[in-house]
Amino acid sequence: MKFTDVYLQTATKILVFIIMTFSIYVLFAGHNNPGGGFIGGLITASALVLLYIAFDLQTVQEVFPVDYKKLAATGVLVSVLTGVGSLVLGVPFLSQTFKYVELPFLGNTELTTAMIFDLGVYMCVVGTTMTIITSISEDDI
Amino acid sequence: MSNLLIYPIIIPLLMAMVLVFFRDRIKLQQWLTVLSLLATIGVSLFTVYYVSTEQILVLELGGWSAPFGIVLVGDMLAVVLVAVASFVTLMCLLYGFQSIDTGHKKHFVYPMILVLLTGVNGSFLTGDIFNLFVFFEVMLISSYVLIALGGRKIQLRESMKYVIINIIASTLFVIATAYLYAATGTLNLAHLSERIALAGQDGLLTAISFLYLTVFGLKSGLLLFFWLPGSYSAPPPPIAALFAALLTKVGVYTIIRTFTLLFYHKPEITHTVMLWMAALTMILGALGAVSHWEIKKILSYNVIISVGFILFGVAVGTEQSLSGSFYYLIHDMLSKALIFITGGAIINIFGTDKLKEFSGLILFRPLLGWLFFIGMLALAGVPPLSGFIGKVMILQGAIAAGELAVSIIGLITSLMVLYSILKIFIHSFWGETLMSEGQEYSTGKHALLPGTILVVCIVAMGLGAEWVNTYVTQATEVMVNPNLYIEAVLKQ
Repeated sequence: MKFTDVYLQTATKILVFIIMTFSIYVLFAGHNNPGGGFIGGLITASALVLLYIAFDLQTVQEVFPVDYKKLAATGVLVSVLTGVGSLVLGVPFLSQTFKYVELPFLGNTELTTAMIFDLGVYMCVVGTTMTIITSISEDDI
Repeated sequence: MSNLLIYPIIIPLLMAMVLVFFRDRIKLQQWLTVLSLLATIGVSLFTVYYVSTEQILVLELGGWSAPFGIVLVGDMLAVVLVAVASFVTLMCLLYGFQSIDTGHKKHFVYPMILVLLTGVNGSFLTGDIFNLFVFFEVMLISSYVLIALGGRKIQLRESMKYVIINIIASTLFVIATAYLYAATGTLNLAHLSERIALAGQDGLLTAISFLYLTVFGLKSGLLLFFWLPGSYSAPPPPIAALFAALLTKVGVYTIIRTFTLLFYHKPEITHTVMLWMAALTMILGALGAVSHWEIKKILSYNVIISVGFILFGVAVGTEQSLSGSFYYLIHDMLSKALIFITGGAIINIFGTDKLKEFSGLILFRPLLGWLFFIGMLALAGVPPLSGFIGKVMILQGAIAAGELAVSIIGLITSLMVLYSILKIFIHSFWGETLMSEGQEYSTGKHALLPGTILVVCIVAMGLGAEWVNTYVTQATEVMVNPNLYIEAVLKQ
């Protein structure tokens, strides 16, 4: 049976972009305000789950061909490697630093290494959550 | 220099994540795993050397100073255990490369083992009680996967029990930590120790310490071991060997740490209870070991007996018995790995672990027989092997402290250990040879290399006791005098 729900699919196409944008906003709001990689990752995962519900596993896999296990592993690697950066510089593991830079369009922006760490957490959370959800749904035939 | 402490945690973690990308290239995975473990062992041995010649290492993560940030503390106790744990993991893997089946290998068994080691090393090194909980969880989650992986009926049943019991224990752990935080206002071990000493260990703190004793007792198999024999006989032999050598020992380490650093003010209450828990553990474990007729069950009960014996030394709490406990802890990690690896090889060869169904292995696996025999003698505590010295030190300390009754229990259970493993030895190696070359399920030869290396270590630890003892003494100094630990962390 092909699952088609026009209302859900049409709404999803718009909603997914809103949710994704919000998740990225939350991710960047991270280290100084409420938010961060973990919550951002969960919100992204919820957008993806919405896609899976509105369409089906194969379609989404074609549009968004990501191996979630590898995404999760990349996330952990990114996070830990930001810590390793501080080993190279000879300061305690996980030390962080930040700098204000003038960027085109964005103006005076704070760039921090904690951001990269959060990005790793974000990828790890998306990867893990989606691995769990897709493997449960694959079994259910 | 203090960044040394982070390497035994991040090397296995990073490599585990890299291995995820090479899911189907098993040979490459094995090489990378061995390389990362060798690197971990190298770094941790250097750390042992550094700590023995210089001072206790403290790493303030992210540069946040203690007691506000999270610290890793490498005193002798922790860094030696890290080195031994990494080494034992390598040995179990050398055995596992051949005897773990391909299904396991393709489903991330190597990354999981490395993550397990990350959790174990982290638990040893951390100087913060909540961080200890986190590393415990890292270790437990990977052990859940390792028990369930393969999906045989017995594995699903046992992993269910294992997961439930550990979730309960972890919940209690968080509750205990919350109480402790409410009572003292800090989570840093050194700071906690200082504050508990200042405020005096009143009824509330003693109650919290019993909550911790329950939690760590569940994890290490101190009296609350009902889940252990089943869970440890479910996974394939190499993973069972890893569990036997590492998991309960982390629980034992945390008991040693909390009851020598934090809750050492009311030994007449806490340590007495622990003493009788240890005695009961030894008796019940020995009864279990003697009464069973399956290799896996007998060996699992032996894990319980040794936990009882080590914590007997901790409960007595004198300098001598504590150093005996530490010595015996190292010995037990090595010899449990040895006996589980060689025992696992016997199971591989016969394809079953029922003692009554096999015999006569000595004719075509003589080396395996001797390795198993030496492992047995070491566990029973026959000189000059490593088990002997640990037992002597614990018993001397105990008798000097007047704990005669439990000492006798310890000695009798040692004999029962010998009997239970001798039973395996007689049934599998002596007697009529039932099968000829080529009939066995597996050659069992992959256990010989790690087995031999472990035997060399055990003999060296027994003969070189004087040399090992310099490190043990240094570790015991911190246990007996918590101020050394506090000064190192808080830099007063």
